[in-house]
Amino acid sequence: MHVLFAPGLTTNPAVANALVLGVVVAIVAGVTGTFAIVRNQAFAGHALTDVATTGGTAASYAGASSLLGFLVAGVLGGAGIELLGLEDTKRRDLATGVVLGAATGCSALLLSLDLTGGSTSNVTQTILFGSIWSVPSSTTTTVAAVGFFALVVVGIFARQLTLTAVSPELAAVAGVRLRLLGLCFIATLAVSVALVAVAIGSILSTALLIGPAACAFKLTDRLGRAAGLAAGIGALLTSLGIVATYDLDAQLSKPWPVSFVVVSLVLLAYLVCSMPFVGRLASRVGR
Amino acid sequence: MFSGFMVHAWQAGTLVALVAGVVGFFVVLRGAAFPAHAIPNGAFAGAAGASLLGASPTAGLLLASLLGALGIDLLGRRAKHDVATALVLVVMLGLGDLFVSQVSGDAEGIYALLFGSLFALPSVTPTLVLSVVCLALVVLVARPLVLSSTAPELAQVRGVPTRVLGLVFLALVALVTTLSVPLVGALLLFPLLLGPAAAAQLVVRRPLGAMVGSVLLSLITVWASLVLTYRTSWPVSFFVGVGCAGWYLGARVVVQLQRRSGGRS
Repeated sequence: MHVLFAPGLTTNPAVANALVLGVVVAIVAGVTGTFAIVRNQAFAGHALTDVATTGGTAASYAGASSLLGFLVAGVLGGAGIELLGLEDTKRRDLATGVVLGAATGCSALLLSLDLTGGSTSNVTQTILFGSIWSVPSSTTTTVAAVGFFALVVVGIFARQLTLTAVSPELAAVAGVRLRLLGLCFIATLAVSVALVAVAIGSILSTALLIGPAACAFKLTDRLGRAAGLAAGIGALLTSLGIVATYDLDAQLSKPWPVSFVVVSLVLLAYLVCSMPFVGRLASRVGR
Repeated sequence: MFSGFMVHAWQAGTLVALVAGVVGFFVVLRGAAFPAHAIPNGAFAGAAGASLLGASPTAGLLLASLLGALGIDLLGRRAKHDVATALVLVVMLGLGDLFVSQVSGDAEGIYALLFGSLFALPSVTPTLVLSVVCLALVVLVARPLVLSSTAPELAQVRGVPTRVLGLVFLALVALVTTLSVPLVGALLLFPLLLGPAAAAQLVVRRPLGAMVGSVLLSLITVWASLVLTYRTSWPVSFFVGVGCAGWYLGARVVVQLQRRSGGRS
């Protein structure tokens, strides 16, 4: 047993907490990511982590709750991206970039004010890389609650989102209010990626948002099925990554970051799912 | 303000603004905001890896940004472009995370790459050389690249190798990354690639005019930011980031006003 699993794997509370957090986060990210990909909002999904981070930094600089800052900035940034980029995908990515650029500029200012003020906080580094090991279990509860909320919202709008993805014109005729739907979705996306980023860092946030959903779309064209698959693949890869990192920890002088291990697994899974025979197999099983 | 370390900052800042304005024109034309964000940010892995091996950070940046460009191009052939870009970005950031964790001692120098060190520049010669290479490449491919970016089908009919040009474009982003990131950091380069060019293309229709406009706005942004930084000691990235967003928003307002007055007459 100890050959495969380092001692303490099953008894260490940090591992248990990381596994619960990782699975919850992967499920939420997988489902929202599926819709983000069909809506061509992969960049927005990534950018919102940075925008939210700026809000978190600003709030902690002003002495307010940084979680509140995260959520407010995420939702405001999301609304800005959605409203600036209404016309087409090309324009939307530019709008996303402009919002992201302004946010990172403000982030740099806040950091420098903070540094010259004396207290050396490493907010950017912590957010960029995060650490799934040191997340307090109270955060896990918050993340689970907000994640559940995000899933419920996506669930409520799932039919409309699917219809809009297939044909915006048809959806408009069927009475879908596209702008409102877009705002609701990007707000949900912002809230979920912000929380994922604050919990486990923005690298993993983007990786779990896009990677598993991209794998799922290689296996099926149906949206509902893809969302389920993405959640499953994400949860599997994250748990594997956490266990593997913990195992490696015992053998290496300098521990490897979880982010690298999980990201490698995500890339590997994507390459495997891209192979032609895997796609053929999946379509046979799906029938 | 024009003496000592500031001289290098002015020279290097002007070069970066010039090249970023030109390359940014193509970034906006192709709607490639995400790759323009991903390559500079991901290239950080190269610098981290180089410092782990004791190699030159510039070489690491160049290698990593070129590999990132190649990865986006290869993966993007069989997936949505934004998905491919996101995957390459997270893989590169993950590698960067790994390299940083393996570096002994403090990793301050690596983090400096996120923000750049415009005011601690020993010499501008390498920047000058890279800028010339980058601009020469632009002059070589400008016409077919504009055509393949605006009308890909027409370009293919005319026998323009659109696929190769896509890769050349990403290589341009990689080059501008290598020359700019050590100076201004990944955080500052990205807005400079987008804001001025996006504003110019909204207002000016003709390609050459839009490119000139993009370069001018980019230069004004960098110069004004340097002055403001000197006066306030706030970071350059702040002024550049907010300024570039300002150009874009301003251009959107101008276009709206034009549309409205055009509708009435």
